[in-house]
Amino acid sequence: MGKAGYGGLRRNIILSTLGFSLIPLFALGLTIYSLFYASYESKVREELEFMLESKRSAMEAFFQEQVARLKLLSSLVDYNRVQDHAYLRDVFHRIQGLPHSFVDLSVINSDGDQLAYVGPYDLRDVNYARAEWFQATMSRGNHISDVFPGYRNIPHVVVALVAREGDRKWVLRATMDSDILNAIVREAGKGRAGDAFIINKKAVFQTKPLRGGDMGEVSGYVELTRSPSGTHVGQAGIDADKMMAATTWVKDNEWLLVVRRNLEKELEPVFRARFVAAVLFSVGILIIVLGTILTTRLTMARLVRTDREKALLDDALIHSDKMAALGKLAAGMAHEVNNPLSVIKEKAGWMKDIMQGKGVDRQEDMEGFQAAVDKIDFHVERARKVTHRLLGFARGVEPLRETVSVHDLIDQTIEFLSSEALYRNIKLTRDYLDDLPAVQTDSGQLQQVFLNLLDNAVDAVEKDGEITIKTRYDPEKGETFIAFTDTGGGIPARNLQKIFDPFFTTKRAGQGTGLGLSISHGIVEKLGGRITVESQEGNGSTFTVVIPVETSK
Amino acid sequence: MMSKFRVLMVDDEPDFLETVVDRLKMRGLDVEGVESGEKALEVLDQNPVDVVILDVKMPGMDGVMTLREIKKRWPLTEVIMLTGHASVESGIEGMKLGAHDYIMKPADLDELMDKMKKAYEVKAMHEEKIGRASVQS
Repeated sequence: MGKAGYGGLRRNIILSTLGFSLIPLFALGLTIYSLFYASYESKVREELEFMLESKRSAMEAFFQEQVARLKLLSSLVDYNRVQDHAYLRDVFHRIQGLPHSFVDLSVINSDGDQLAYVGPYDLRDVNYARAEWFQATMSRGNHISDVFPGYRNIPHVVVALVAREGDRKWVLRATMDSDILNAIVREAGKGRAGDAFIINKKAVFQTKPLRGGDMGEVSGYVELTRSPSGTHVGQAGIDADKMMAATTWVKDNEWLLVVRRNLEKELEPVFRARFVAAVLFSVGILIIVLGTILTTRLTMARLVRTDREKALLDDALIHSDKMAALGKLAAGMAHEVNNPLSVIKEKAGWMKDIMQGKGVDRQEDMEGFQAAVDKIDFHVERARKVTHRLLGFARGVEPLRETVSVHDLIDQTIEFLSSEALYRNIKLTRDYLDDLPAVQTDSGQLQQVFLNLLDNAVDAVEKDGEITIKTRYDPEKGETFIAFTDTGGGIPARNLQKIFDPFFTTKRAGQGTGLGLSISHGIVEKLGGRITVESQEGNGSTFTVVIPVETSK
Repeated sequence: MMSKFRVLMVDDEPDFLETVVDRLKMRGLDVEGVESGEKALEVLDQNPVDVVILDVKMPGMDGVMTLREIKKRWPLTEVIMLTGHASVESGIEGMKLGAHDYIMKPADLDELMDKMKKAYEVKAMHEEKIGRASVQS
């Protein structure tokens, strides 16, 4: 693998490892955070609703109590004596001392004239005919007013009801300090960053909010006054702060009770958790990234080392295959060497016999001796050729580039197996292309491939058959084709995929290493070519070696 | 003194065959040489021999096939395999098929003579046993 190949692999390993570790981490983190956030928010919301509801009922009870108290008072008061200040004061003082006492008490006739007044303010001889609260009281029977300053110029709430005595109608009016309302409402807003207040339909504050306004001022909550009856909880962004507000209508839908909380302050634990999580997250990411880079670096280093070792091993395998082929050849060639040796030994033996016997004196014996010596020379030459051929093949495995005549190379290779083929009655047919160009390649390695293929072909045929070696040339692609066709049993389809695998063999144990084709495949690829196989069970096989005339490497 | 016995030598290498046959004849043996398994069977057909020296590797009918045929048709004939192989495998294979012994090329002539004599003795013993058995029955 080249340097660029390693770089690409390194990038892929890093990216996929990061992807596989960071994506689940992010998903987990975001899911947990959003669930945590949602549950916390709903807790805040529930708290707010609960508080609002308790306050609402407190408010309603308070108003009912005030009206009821006034009603009781009106039944006790004798209209004929109300103009008597002492009498009215006496009545007023009787009800004082109860919680949420009235500030003052007055009696007004149906024309709006104040007939009597008891209280700290100097409010005699005033007419309320035009006052909003008076008109409302007259039309509805009783009324609790908005907070307003009135004649006394101090914010207060009027509670009034119409009393009847016979056919005479008069109005009993009491006022309450708006602080009472403040006190009731304020409690609802107790707690961190919370606030509670009341606004009327025109969004005017009826109680003093903790921040952002005062009683009687128009608030910024106009939007809220549009909400229909019932309880509502939602986010209300008034100030820069993000607020969550719960609202409900009270006092016959005239007032809106608002309880609001600063969401950011309420959710502070969540944000604190988020911060801690973010820190841990960042540390985690840093560790993952560093870990990934480190692991990848180690992996790549090991890979490079493994590749290097594999390259060495490949060379060793090619060498061992060559040695195995050599061993096999040596066994076959022992016969070829031993035959000439036998002849030489016998000739020498014969000459000894003659010398020990009658002696060498006759012309006839001299001629016989001459013939024997010639034979000895001939057979020595024969044995020499065999051993030289073997030596030529046993050369090293260093790749060479030389100009190789493919035909010569095939012929030399055939020599190794020709006697074997002869004994087995296998015909070797050469179908050579006349003007096959010479090839730039490594002859030793190419010969090893040819020998493997021929040896396999001989083994496939076993006996009585034919092996054809055909050479062709494709000038367009600059490729030389060498096809080895045998008339053997062929290769079953199920084995066809596996024949180039290392250690795959169909030969008997001890007969083949299972490396021949695998190594041949490797050699041919290294030489820039390829090996293909065509075979049908029962119809022989054809192995075709394709090598470029000019090897690019 | 040993009685004279007939030997048939089978080898596809003419120079070798010719010389060995010559030298064995010089030593007074009744030897004939042929170049192939097929010819060996023809000779045996006409004139049975006592001991056959048989080369293992030959084109056409090889040594092992020839041995099989000989043992089938002339079971009493003793065969010595002559192998050029460095390995002893083919010699052993021959012995499994009934060969008396094997000898490696290049062979020593005296060793070959020894083995032939032993093979002939075995053959003679077998024939004697068979002769006695047939007389008794």
